[in-house]
Amino acid sequence: MSKLYTGAEIVFKCLEDQDVEYIFGYPGGAVLPIYDELKNHSSIKHILVRHEQGAGHAAEGYARSSGKPGVVLVTSGPGATNVVTALTDAYMDSVPLVCISGQVPTHLIGTDAFQECDTTGITRPCTKHNWLVKDIKDLSKVMHEAFKVATTGRPGPVLIDIPKDIQFAKTNYAKFKKEKKLNGKIHNKFSENEINQLIDLISKAKKPVVYTGGGVINSGPQASETLKEFVRLIGFPITSTLQGLGAFPGDDNQFIGMLGMHGTYEANNAMHDCDLLINIGARFDDRITGKIDEFSPKSKKVHIDIDPSSINKIIKVDLAIVGDVNEVIRSAIKKISKKQNGFKNSNKQKISKWWEQIQKWRTKDSLGFINSDKEIKPQHAVKRLYELTKNQDTFITTEVGQHQMWAAQHYKFNKPNRWMTSGGLGTMGYGLPAAVGVQIAHPDKLVIDIAGEASVLMTMQEMSTAVQYNLPIKIFILNNQYMGMVRQWQELLHEKNYSESYSEALPDFVKLAEAYGCKGIKADNPLDLDDKIQEMINYKGPVIFDCHVDPNENCFPMIPSGKPHNQMILGPNDKEENKITGKGKSLV
Amino acid sequence: MPSPKSAYSIPTEKGKLDTHIFVVWVDNEAGVLARVVGLFSGRGYNIESLAVAEIDATRNISRITIVTTGTPQVIDQIKLQLKKLVPVHKVADFKREDKKVIFKEMALLKIVAQKKKIEKCLKECKKFNPVILDKTNKSVVIQITALRREIDKMSKKLKPFGLTSTSRTGAIAMTRGAETFK
Repeated sequence: MSKLYTGAEIVFKCLEDQDVEYIFGYPGGAVLPIYDELKNHSSIKHILVRHEQGAGHAAEGYARSSGKPGVVLVTSGPGATNVVTALTDAYMDSVPLVCISGQVPTHLIGTDAFQECDTTGITRPCTKHNWLVKDIKDLSKVMHEAFKVATTGRPGPVLIDIPKDIQFAKTNYAKFKKEKKLNGKIHNKFSENEINQLIDLISKAKKPVVYTGGGVINSGPQASETLKEFVRLIGFPITSTLQGLGAFPGDDNQFIGMLGMHGTYEANNAMHDCDLLINIGARFDDRITGKIDEFSPKSKKVHIDIDPSSINKIIKVDLAIVGDVNEVIRSAIKKISKKQNGFKNSNKQKISKWWEQIQKWRTKDSLGFINSDKEIKPQHAVKRLYELTKNQDTFITTEVGQHQMWAAQHYKFNKPNRWMTSGGLGTMGYGLPAAVGVQIAHPDKLVIDIAGEASVLMTMQEMSTAVQYNLPIKIFILNNQYMGMVRQWQELLHEKNYSESYSEALPDFVKLAEAYGCKGIKADNPLDLDDKIQEMINYKGPVIFDCHVDPNENCFPMIPSGKPHNQMILGPNDKEENKITGKGKSLV
Repeated sequence: MPSPKSAYSIPTEKGKLDTHIFVVWVDNEAGVLARVVGLFSGRGYNIESLAVAEIDATRNISRITIVTTGTPQVIDQIKLQLKKLVPVHKVADFKREDKKVIFKEMALLKIVAQKKKIEKCLKECKKFNPVILDKTNKSVVIQITALRREIDKMSKKLKPFGLTSTSRTGAIAMTRGAETFK
């Protein structure tokens, strides 16, 4: 007779078979058998967070920077409800997470037992799938299925709820065999005909633009390489969504910057005026499209995505190719190279006028700002941070708000998986725990959370985690004492009624850093900024950098909602359209 | 007018609404109905009627029939979103006007009245395969199968004849002819 294993042992056996190295978690009554088993599995390291939301975001940071699924372990009731924000965040941004939650024993389910909640019910709309394991015999199958669902197709979070008695119960464990065959929920069956149509559109286009998103990153580092080859081959301008930054080098001349609500003038105008729009792994999010009726009105639209439900959800497209980004563009490159015969050159000639137009838009310098030698401008701070860190392989996470947009605008990413930000859900407090997860995955790399002082206070407790595991994360706070994006909207749209957007009684971040046992640095003079950033980079441990910036700075350019791409508000440098007035204002 | 001062775009004009019938084959497991129904409520889709039952006990397959309305774009989304659910095997989508598909609903009608009126009721029901399930001196329970609109009409018609209680199922559907939906 084969050996019998407890449910807790099976959990670890599955994790080992899935090559899991790290779990982010927090113990509690209903997961104690699993925690008890932890000591017997030296290949798996547990990272103890300070709040379950932190575990979820740390696992997201780990997953997004490493390409491997993040694993979270929490207890029942409050443990599970605390992780819901992170699960929803991962669901919106397509991050593979496997969350294991403890549950009260099966015979107590439904009795309002201590720390009981309907975890699978609560997490059903914010996971790709979830399971309540009521029979020990199902456990290993469910665990492996969970990893498969989380990591295949469009990735996302899953949750496995394991009652405490199941963790104690015993059964056999069959050795796991990795399947090669993909399950029926994955769609990668694009046809040759579709590729031919794509190439036909490419060869006819006079004003094309490539618009890429997080799908390129999710398709793996190889996809970014393929994308580079593809875009250089066809010579088209390329823009990226917030999540797609890094898939194509940010300092390349063909890259025309991020698009969307706070995108560049050239990217948004190119989107509006183009005659061919190739969407690769993006989802026509409302921060990107602006007014739907007037979105890129003159273009033929192509959409390449692995998720069939993303196609025609918001924008009707002329050609949809459902498949893995890497494989689709790879076969397009093959076809183009085969056809060749002067195709490349003639195509580039055709679009030279278009490039001239883009250069004209570029001269607007839409990311420009008026610098100061008295106060630190937040954009300047991000630019200096970029200049001083660009020579090493740096990983950036952010919180949510103005600082996030400035980071996206002024920090140039040249490689995928270097940029971790909460885009879909817009979770303040994401960046600090995410930095913890990134640093776990890349212990020797520089990891910086570009933060706002309001956001970072939401998950500040995770500094304690960073100190415990000697994670030298740098928290670079652009401190303007306001919830900056809220203040900006109130200034522009609500007659400067700054209702509850000013934070009184902010902590002294330097002292706070010291209280956590890490280093605090404060900067409020532009002349010292470089030295202090250098000091932060050189310090071998976690740092909280309190960068006092101009509190009145707004994030431009900006497309007011309900407006098409070609009606942007530019910054104070732009003389003609200086301020939002009249009708434009009411539409933001 | 949509509210100004919004971070979100202004709703565009709604297209024409069509009525569709979705047939969904799912694993008969705990929570599967909640997943399907939750998808509808979470994404703001509409459910007009719903019928669920296991149809294959050995393979544990249930068949869910949902009547819904939406613009062509929404109908398309419903189908694609349903297909993404892990326990969903296949999804069929029929227009209500589709001649190749049979739609039926069943209703139980309780009539409390004198014999004469009851007989009149039975006569009215004749078109819809009436079956008398229970009969007493002053009451009758009739089962009819028909389309939704027909049952609506019958309910109205029979009210004056002593119809006191109506119970009805959601629509179920099946294609005509020898072919089955793959």
